[in-house]
Amino acid sequence: MDHSAKVKEFVVENFLFGDGESLKDDTSFMEEGIIDSTGILELVFFLEETFGFSVEDDELVPDNMDSLQNISRFINRKLNANSASEA
Amino acid sequence: MCGIAGICRLDGPGHVSLNLIKSMTGFLCHRGPDETGIYLDDNIGLGHARLSIIDLSTGSQPVHNEDKSLWIVYNGEVFNYPELKEDLQGKGHRFYTTSDTEVLLHLYEEQGPDCLAQLNGQFAVAIWDAKKKELFLARDRVGIRPLYYTISNNTLIFASEIKSIFANKNISRRIDPIAMDQIFTFWTTLTPRTGFKDIYELPPGHYLKTSNGKVTFRKYWDIPLYRRSEQSSLAPQKICRQVQDLLCDAVRIRLRADVPVGCYLSGGLDSSGAAALVVRNFNKDVRTFGIRFNSDGFDEGEYQSMMVRHLNVNHTDLTATNEQIGASLPNCLWHCEKPLLRAGPVPLFMLSDVVRRSGYKVVITGEGADEIFGGYNIFREAKVRRFLSKYPNSQRRAELIGRLYPYIFRNPRLKCTLQSFFARGLDKIDDPLFSHFIRWDSTSRIKTFFSQELTAAIGQYDGYKQVRQSLPAAYEQADGLTRAQYLEMSIFLSNYLLSSQGDRVAMAHSVEIRLPFLDFRVIDFMARIPSKWKILGLNEKHILKKSFEGILPEEITCRPKNPYRAPIKQSLMNEKTAEYTKDALSEKSLKKAGLFDAKKVTRLLQKAQKLDELSEIDSMALVGILSSQIIHNQFVQDFPARPGNTISLNLIVDRRSQASRTMS
Repeated sequence: MDHSAKVKEFVVENFLFGDGESLKDDTSFMEEGIIDSTGILELVFFLEETFGFSVEDDELVPDNMDSLQNISRFINRKLNANSASEA
Repeated sequence: MCGIAGICRLDGPGHVSLNLIKSMTGFLCHRGPDETGIYLDDNIGLGHARLSIIDLSTGSQPVHNEDKSLWIVYNGEVFNYPELKEDLQGKGHRFYTTSDTEVLLHLYEEQGPDCLAQLNGQFAVAIWDAKKKELFLARDRVGIRPLYYTISNNTLIFASEIKSIFANKNISRRIDPIAMDQIFTFWTTLTPRTGFKDIYELPPGHYLKTSNGKVTFRKYWDIPLYRRSEQSSLAPQKICRQVQDLLCDAVRIRLRADVPVGCYLSGGLDSSGAAALVVRNFNKDVRTFGIRFNSDGFDEGEYQSMMVRHLNVNHTDLTATNEQIGASLPNCLWHCEKPLLRAGPVPLFMLSDVVRRSGYKVVITGEGADEIFGGYNIFREAKVRRFLSKYPNSQRRAELIGRLYPYIFRNPRLKCTLQSFFARGLDKIDDPLFSHFIRWDSTSRIKTFFSQELTAAIGQYDGYKQVRQSLPAAYEQADGLTRAQYLEMSIFLSNYLLSSQGDRVAMAHSVEIRLPFLDFRVIDFMARIPSKWKILGLNEKHILKKSFEGILPEEITCRPKNPYRAPIKQSLMNEKTAEYTKDALSEKSLKKAGLFDAKKVTRLLQKAQKLDELSEIDSMALVGILSSQIIHNQFVQDFPARPGNTISLNLIVDRRSQASRTMS
């Protein structure tokens, strides 16, 4: 399963309780009320656990977290940065 | 304080059943355990369960006037009754009791429905004019005391609680889909709707009259909205002085009782202020009662103890453990009669039991101060969002949000997400409902758990539209805070705070609450005060804090506001309660009730089991769904979940014709 599919599965399971029909890649979690302001921490915890990086406080912004698309870009950036620093 | 019930035939004389009135009254005995009384004729039956507070020896109801043409059953208090009585005696009225009930009856005889304008109190009343064959039902201005009714087969059936109406076997008991939509948006139904189809409440500040088979409704009071030109120009110091005088008098008349009056004392500004007014001016030996929690973030023990030392009062506290809160939820719901999105009512339900066991029937409480003086965070939130809307990208402005909800956003990591969360809808600042969108939109998310059947039954119904249409003309001109206060008072105050968290949970253990902050003189005075003084900058309840400065320690007047809340997940899913929660939320139970999507709820439960802490919305979903299921069990499926009491009558006036009597 690729990154986006994993994230989507998590969001559908945990925030939409299985009902992912209307979730598009660019659906805004905040605008649609899919993830409330306290629920965002669950998402961060999942990202950190699943992808093995840590999310800094100042990365917790809508540009990184507010849609599947944004998260996917964020994950790629983080993983690339990690592998770059390891190399 | 008491319970009332009645059946009124709208189509002329016929049979009125004594047994049915007895059975209806039997469901209200927790409201009035001391005495019961009934009036019957061929048009009407009136039942009364009495909690004796004023005139213990002769105040039995129903009460009549001199020629026995008017009969009253009444739940509540009119605090200014001694003054009203003097006036009535001057006009030649003769009294056979020393109760406020009889004063109200004679005042009605003298003035008809206009008498309501003179009453300072909290009441639900039924007066039967046996000559004219007219029934008059009325409720206090803000709806402190409940009154429900339904009309079926040309019969008006009314009672203090819905369960009493359901004692009539021919009244159907169904959950109202529109009510579910409203509760899962506004946290309560919009008046006059209740959780049950075709059962209505008489709205606060209204009366109802039946005459020649017709039922008419009238509003006699509304939440005041004053134009700028009608607002007070007093300096803040003078405003505070008047508030002090008004509150002192509001407390003074609320201590009128022939039994001792206690006080709730939480350690917050409002109950501390009310208790301090009692101690300093009227009764230094007053007993006080408070709730403690054993969960961090909920307990106010430190401030409560500080107030107990400050006032040197005999205080009793109850520690509401998570296990007890969870275990008491079903009992509490039997009294609230509607789904809850918060666990807050449960500890108050437990506290009234302690009060009653301590030998007290009456307590003064601090409810209403947040609405009247501008205390809620939602008011400050709206103010900040208005401020933010001018420069939506300003980090400085956005940071103000974090100051509003420190108890939700304990985790500093959330700082950045706050901005985008509260920045939603900034383009709607001119919408009449602007202040409440975030709360209502967030709550509405829980509706995704509704079953397909329920969603279909709700159809295109739009709660926001209904609220918009109900707003009075003066709302248009009102400023942001006044608008938000109006919404809070017209939607949340009576139907949640004063009922599920007020009358119902106190009366469950036969305890009457009295609320000085909701004295209509205080409401009217504060409605004339410009908003800038109510919330100064972001300092909520500025006027009230200043008014209490001389009588409360600075630690109390300056402390950050900690809204009263009770733990949800820890209460509903601990070792002792997990079983009944699972049972009520099992696929089988969910499918039987048909209200929620069983698969989704199962996923929510799994999530709740996995996580230490649930998000705000998931917590509300958990308690909302669980309480809906319990309400369905108690009132639809297995009614009565608890049988009504079999009553032995202390007073019966039976004026029915012989034929009717033999039918019993």
